[in-house]
Amino acid sequence: MSFEHRGDQLSGIILSGFGILVISEATALPYVSEFGPGPGFLPLWIGIGITACSLAALVVSFFRAGKRSLDSSELSRIEIIRGVGSWAAFVVSIALLPLIGFGLSLGLLSVFLIIALDRRSPWVALGVALFLALGFHLVFNLALGVSLPVGPLGF
Amino acid sequence: MDAINNLVLGFSIALSAANLFWCFVGVFLGTIVGVLPGLGPPATIALLLPLTFKMDPTTAMIMMAGIYYGAKYGGSTTSILLNVPGESASVVTCLDGYQLARQGRAGPALGIAAIASFVAGSFGVLGLMFMAPPVARFALRFGPPEYFALMVVGLAMVVFLTGRSMVKGVLATLVGLWLAGVGTDVFTAQSRFTFGHMELLDGIDFIVVSIGLFAIGEVLINLESRTGAQIFKVPRGLRNLLPTLKDLKDSRFAFVNGSVVGFFIGVLPGAGSTIASFLSYGLEKAFSRNPEMFGAGVIEGVAAPEGANNSETGGALVPLLTLGIPGSATTAILLAALHLWGFRPGPLLIQENPNLFWGLVASMYVGNVMLLVLNLPLVPVFAQILKVPYFVLYPAIFGISIIGAYSISNSLFDVWMLGIFGLLGYFMRKLDYPAAPLVLGMVLGKRLELALRQSLMMSQGRLSILVGRPLSAAMLLFAVVLLFMPMLGRVRAWRTRAIEQELL
Repeated sequence: MSFEHRGDQLSGIILSGFGILVISEATALPYVSEFGPGPGFLPLWIGIGITACSLAALVVSFFRAGKRSLDSSELSRIEIIRGVGSWAAFVVSIALLPLIGFGLSLGLLSVFLIIALDRRSPWVALGVALFLALGFHLVFNLALGVSLPVGPLGF
Repeated sequence: MDAINNLVLGFSIALSAANLFWCFVGVFLGTIVGVLPGLGPPATIALLLPLTFKMDPTTAMIMMAGIYYGAKYGGSTTSILLNVPGESASVVTCLDGYQLARQGRAGPALGIAAIASFVAGSFGVLGLMFMAPPVARFALRFGPPEYFALMVVGLAMVVFLTGRSMVKGVLATLVGLWLAGVGTDVFTAQSRFTFGHMELLDGIDFIVVSIGLFAIGEVLINLESRTGAQIFKVPRGLRNLLPTLKDLKDSRFAFVNGSVVGFFIGVLPGAGSTIASFLSYGLEKAFSRNPEMFGAGVIEGVAAPEGANNSETGGALVPLLTLGIPGSATTAILLAALHLWGFRPGPLLIQENPNLFWGLVASMYVGNVMLLVLNLPLVPVFAQILKVPYFVLYPAIFGISIIGAYSISNSLFDVWMLGIFGLLGYFMRKLDYPAAPLVLGMVLGKRLELALRQSLMMSQGRLSILVGRPLSAAMLLFAVVLLFMPMLGRVRAWRTRAIEQELL
């Protein structure tokens, strides 16, 4: 089964679950209030809409499910690993923000992306990391006065 | 006469030193963004929005609009030199532009793209100037039911024209509407969908969502693969970039076609510049004496879509400024920006804020001249931007995204939300869920709910008020027709073909 169809099925299931969550949260809110429709009015119908549409998408994806060549699904898998890997690195850099500050965490993210994904030499990675960390500090912190998360080293 | 007086007022604002400078910054940044594949105008505007909070709002709007229409100019460069569109609206330009470059005519192709953009862009501004005030006067008749119906039409149009699957478009819209509802209810002050997080009481910040979906999502998609392409050299010197007299003669109808088609497509919510460029190219080919030459490198095949692409900007600003209804992701972000700066886009905007409206209109004339001057002699310089390695560009975009999210309220919570919406944006692209309806749903969600609840309060809970008034009934009927029309085979085939072109 191709990535698209598996993805459609998975997204259909997740969105159906999400729709049910929206319905259950919305039913806990008043449907009507003294001003007319209550805070639960529109969310309830949105939840019903999400659930109905995602179930429809799910049914359609089951009907359309077909085969795809091994090469293309292998390519999709590698692509997703690279995409999600980059996102994971980004999230780690967010987690590091309060600990080591913006400059260092952006530097580390750059080093990871350049070495792991672009297969460049560590020297290139270090050069780019230093250039970006310094550039951002000069432009945003000093020139524009934008406050950024600061680490123990003061940047 | 009024329009002339107002335009004089507009020029007095647009020609101030600060506004000229920021207009230049906007069009310059826009050109760079247009040149760079993988970073579109919505992402750029969302990224820069937090930095405009300290600026004068009119100046900030002039700069943001500069980015918007500047990107349209820049988009042709990569289409012609690389066969890679800088943004989706430049896809059609690849067809003949790249062929011209292969024949050694990259210079005239870039030149005609700039000239067509200037001619049609100026037409679009004229259209905005003359069409916006009457539309605004007409919209003064609208009450809550009409506004509700109008927003439903806007959302239905976007669903109809974006993404291969209508169901996915509707789902994206509904998720956007739900996101708009997170936070404190305006009528009852009751918290909704905050899941115990105090930070969510004010709702989810629109800027965080748009940076996540567009900037982070786009970078993650680009990081998936390591592909390169061969770039054709741009001939140096203005003379080598100027089209010949024959080129200009061949393109004269393309200028008119692009200008008119682009503007009127722009006025329609959801249609956008991609459809405009696609349609004007089709018309140019249909009425050409040599339709078989299209795709093999004809100059009017570049002039028509590039013109339409630029004229569309003026058209798209008509519903945005006069009705408060955006037609695309970029105008949705501009709408959010207008709200953040304290404006109320709608029928009264022109009356209440003449400086903003007429200053913007005049700045667009100035900006178009700046872009022509920038794009003709400096195309070789802009083409050098393509040599900036992606391994420098992408970490930089991550950095700007973090700053954009953090600087909204100096809160790491927003940065975490950015991470979540970045992943959502990535998977939406992978799974072919269109992002524009989600963004539009989020921008319009609060106002849509307000209009619906006000309508129901007016009618003491009877839904018949929505179909009992002729204007709202007609608009709702139109929305229903739009959503069900793809069930007709021929319409579905046309829609799929148009969207396939857009997603190429």
